[in-house]
Amino acid sequence: MSDPCRSAPLLQLAGVHKSFGAVRALKGVSFELFGGEVHALVGENGAGKSTLVKLVTGALRPDAGEIEIMGNRVAHLNPARAHKLGVTCIYQQPALFADLTVAENLWLRLEAPGALGRVDWSACRRRAGQWLERIGAAISPDSEIRHLSMPEQQLVEIACALGTGARIVIMDEPTASLTQKEQHLLFSVVRNLRQNGAGILYISHRLEEVFTVADRVTVLRDGQSVGTNRMEELTKAALIRSMVGREVSDTAPPCGGAARDLVLALRHLGCSASGVRDVNLEVRSGEVVGLAGLVGAGWTELARVLFGITPADSGELQLNGRAVSISSPRDAIDRRIAYLPEDRRRHGVILDMSLAQNITLAIHRRLFPRGWLRPRAERQLAGDSLRALNVKAGGPDALAASLSGGNQQKVALARWLATQPELLILDEPTQGVDIGTKREIHRRIRDLANQGVAVLLISSDLPEVLDVSDRICVMRNGTMVATLPPKTGAHTVMAYALGQKGAAV
Amino acid sequence: MNAHVREISVALALGLILLALAIFADSFYQPQPLLSLVTGQAPALIVTCGVALVMIARQIDISIGSQMAVCSVCTGLLAAANWPLGLVLIAAIGLGALLGAINGLFVAVLRLPSIVVTLATMVTWREALRWQRQGAFVNLPDGLQWFGMSQTHGQLTIVISALVVLFLLGLSTRHLAAGRFIYAVGSDVEAARLAGIRPQLVTFLVFVGMGALTGLAATLHIVQSPQVDPNSGTGLELKAIAAAVVGGVAISGGRGNLWAVFLGFLLLACVSPALIHLHIEAYWERAIAGAIILAAILADGLEKQTARFSHPRTPSVANG
Repeated sequence: MSDPCRSAPLLQLAGVHKSFGAVRALKGVSFELFGGEVHALVGENGAGKSTLVKLVTGALRPDAGEIEIMGNRVAHLNPARAHKLGVTCIYQQPALFADLTVAENLWLRLEAPGALGRVDWSACRRRAGQWLERIGAAISPDSEIRHLSMPEQQLVEIACALGTGARIVIMDEPTASLTQKEQHLLFSVVRNLRQNGAGILYISHRLEEVFTVADRVTVLRDGQSVGTNRMEELTKAALIRSMVGREVSDTAPPCGGAARDLVLALRHLGCSASGVRDVNLEVRSGEVVGLAGLVGAGWTELARVLFGITPADSGELQLNGRAVSISSPRDAIDRRIAYLPEDRRRHGVILDMSLAQNITLAIHRRLFPRGWLRPRAERQLAGDSLRALNVKAGGPDALAASLSGGNQQKVALARWLATQPELLILDEPTQGVDIGTKREIHRRIRDLANQGVAVLLISSDLPEVLDVSDRICVMRNGTMVATLPPKTGAHTVMAYALGQKGAAV
Repeated sequence: MNAHVREISVALALGLILLALAIFADSFYQPQPLLSLVTGQAPALIVTCGVALVMIARQIDISIGSQMAVCSVCTGLLAAANWPLGLVLIAAIGLGALLGAINGLFVAVLRLPSIVVTLATMVTWREALRWQRQGAFVNLPDGLQWFGMSQTHGQLTIVISALVVLFLLGLSTRHLAAGRFIYAVGSDVEAARLAGIRPQLVTFLVFVGMGALTGLAATLHIVQSPQVDPNSGTGLELKAIAAAVVGGVAISGGRGNLWAVFLGFLLLACVSPALIHLHIEAYWERAIAGAIILAAILADGLEKQTARFSHPRTPSVANG
């Protein structure tokens, strides 16, 4: 590969400013992306990464500063124009039409109708199939999007981006919902694009990925560029330091002491509706058990069975030594199980409600035994838990919608901690959360375990599971295939997850 | 943005109309005609409270006009059969609750969309009633009108009952856990379920409550005249939904409060009498009511737009 820096940059930002009301999201950022490079953009939540992306895709206009694409100054960029200039963006949350098929979605993005508005669907399906094949995704062009899993939708997005033949490809947290296998697919797509001379702007909270895939990295902090470096000039610790502006330990707090009483025991538990089968699992008080595996291996489904959303229909579920049946979330809460769901934006917090109302939602019967709300008690409890979790917000009366993603996640967590659970199930607790908040949440998980809570941690971020858990249970095809000690290597876990090693429960 | 913008702007519009009436047509403020006017609106106010709750729970009920007709005729027949007033009232509320429960069953238990379910029940009740009664009015016994009191006392009783209902519901939505659950379910059903709320039960009970309120409203309606019109309640659903929308209840659920709904109701209820007293042609009534509704929706839309641009930390921009 020739040194990309000699040629003219594909994309150049010079002294770009952008404010939202009183908040100055970008304060004079300059930035260059060359053809044939993967340029990572990192920074904590709120550092200005998404704003920068939106300026480049034309979704927002800068207040001051210049944007040049392929050497041409563009003054009035809008999404259609950016698209025409060869900018494409793969977002964290796939933006596809749920009721249309994969081929129809690709057509909408990539093609124009023929004469008289006629669409040649068979050709369109064929092309869609080719694009999917090129990135190695085993998805039928005829599947409806809503039948696809999140990672599959993400792959469709990527196929879309490839299909546009864009020269500037922006990837905003593209692996947030991917597992190892799809990540490797994605990385090979990225390398492919780079070889063909495209410039890739790669945004991720996961630094391992940045080191794997990027050539250069620019760090944003508080709306300013802290610097651009070649990856080999940096260590992970140095990168974190410049993102956060202070020392942060990159490793999770040490695992706790001896586990105590058996809180949860599953014997041959199954739920035919959600594909969970024959699961055996024990979780003790004071212990963090991590669930690992490929996306679709059944971990979220298992959590939903435990929480009574899709109740079990075979096997036995024991809580504190007694066999119980849990047929609704209400049942689960009464038995002191808490479940922090995946996808906080939809089901974790209620955006229209205040933080206080969100936090007390699951403990109404304890806090308000007579059915009368007690605002003072409510606000006090909420204020305490906001402080305990270090939530950055206007106070208990602020609307949940006004918070950043990481802080919303903390509020969702606060609601479940307020229930004083014996068993806490965390489903992707740090998805899309910056590294500082991530560490805080990890520390909090360890504290809770030390206080005697049994924690079941579900995460597609394998390093996180490996770091935080006392024990790692690997799932494949809806069942448990291995229970591994802490500090197991990632490759061992993956070997079980992929089925290269047999069951070892 | 100020949380009370809606209340203030609706109150201002209402104040302007009342002021105009005070200056140009103070005949509007003669006590007896005004009381009659207010009494005539009282049943609709009760129904509006119910529909506001239904909308906050992210549902809709367009069968309330037909429910009103069925309840009015049935309770009229019971009264004509010389049932005591107390029993007639209980029967009306019970019948309304039953009709509401039928809607609730389809919507909450069978999970069908409420707009279609209540459209079906709207037509069914109305047509069944028409077929059964053949358009005949129900003649009520003498002692029933104004609850057997003097007209003024009867009217005051009706108005006060409606205000008490409004007041109790307004307080409950704010201060009872049950009220909070309605908002939670309307905002995000799945999040509410995960928090241990039973959304289907909440939805079912909201429809039952809607029906019960309609039954109560029917009773307050029939005692105002010596006969029951089998076509009563026609168009009531639109009136109630319009008032709720003007009062700031979000059609997408989860937002709104009954005090603002009350103001919205008053504003819309004022339009027609104001036109009459100001000697403006009555043709304008519906156009003006429509304009008010449009303004309300527009205000909601604008608020949402500005919210998107003035809070950079909303989820859409949060991961920057």
